[in-house]
Amino acid sequence: MLPWYIAGPLIGLTVPALLLLGNKKFGISSTLRQVCAACIPAGIPFFKYDWKKDAWNLFFVAGILIGGFVAANWLHSGPVEVHPNLQAELAEYGVVNYDNIVPQDLFNWNELLTPRGLILMVVGGFLVGFGTRYAGGCTSGHSIMGA
Amino acid sequence: MKNIKYAILGIFFGIVFVKAEIISWFRIQEMFRFQRFHMYGVIGSAVVVGMISILLIKKYNARSAEGEQIQIEPKKFNKGQIYGGLMFGAGWALTGACPGPLFAQIGTGATVIIVTLLSAIAGTWFYGLIRKSCPIKQATFHLRYFVNCTVQL
Repeated sequence: MLPWYIAGPLIGLTVPALLLLGNKKFGISSTLRQVCAACIPAGIPFFKYDWKKDAWNLFFVAGILIGGFVAANWLHSGPVEVHPNLQAELAEYGVVNYDNIVPQDLFNWNELLTPRGLILMVVGGFLVGFGTRYAGGCTSGHSIMGA
Repeated sequence: MKNIKYAILGIFFGIVFVKAEIISWFRIQEMFRFQRFHMYGVIGSAVVVGMISILLIKKYNARSAEGEQIQIEPKKFNKGQIYGGLMFGAGWALTGACPGPLFAQIGTGATVIIVTLLSAIAGTWFYGLIRKSCPIKQATFHLRYFVNCTVQL
């Protein structure tokens, strides 16, 4: 695992990198609004804006997806090390597989149809999407860029 | 394509996300349980580095590679940030991801996270919808209005 004092500054440097590359403001949750504006605007004023102007952001998140693929397939470094107290707690819920950074025991297509899976994946996703827009930004936009 | 450079930056960013495990559901659980300093260190140092960078850019009136004057508008505070922040926090605890990591998680092969992403898009869409249905300025937008608006729909 990359230590925090390497990863944090690298992530922080994304802010000046984007500004210097093209005067772009770091913020990821706005891509969700862009997808709404592009695919399902439904006449809602909130989605009537020039989303194409911020198309760079969609390239950025596509890059993040590819980066995730590259890291997981070619730079993989074994199971996730987890705090023993959390391991003990998770074992009670049947979560014992630490091979992937996304817990396989909780996030898979079969789990999706269980109440637990629905809450974790569907309700959780909905709250992330609603909450970030309500707050006007997510971790990147508010704390890293906004501060 | 002038947008390719952002995709390349995104790839780099995605690799850091995975290698630093900040998109891991396990790390987020540890964070909310105060069991590991990692996430606090990452976010804290990212904020500090981002802040120093912005100060330097402002100080030297830096221009972007395309020659544009870099402008940074200050953020305005509104109540939505508190309620939205709380909801987002709950969503983060459940999914183990904020919007950026969702994309990286899908990249790592967890294809089911596509559903979470679609749900997040639905959440944003719903925000756009009820924002319109309720003639309330964002600054005074209240959690109980959220409930009222939902019922009215």
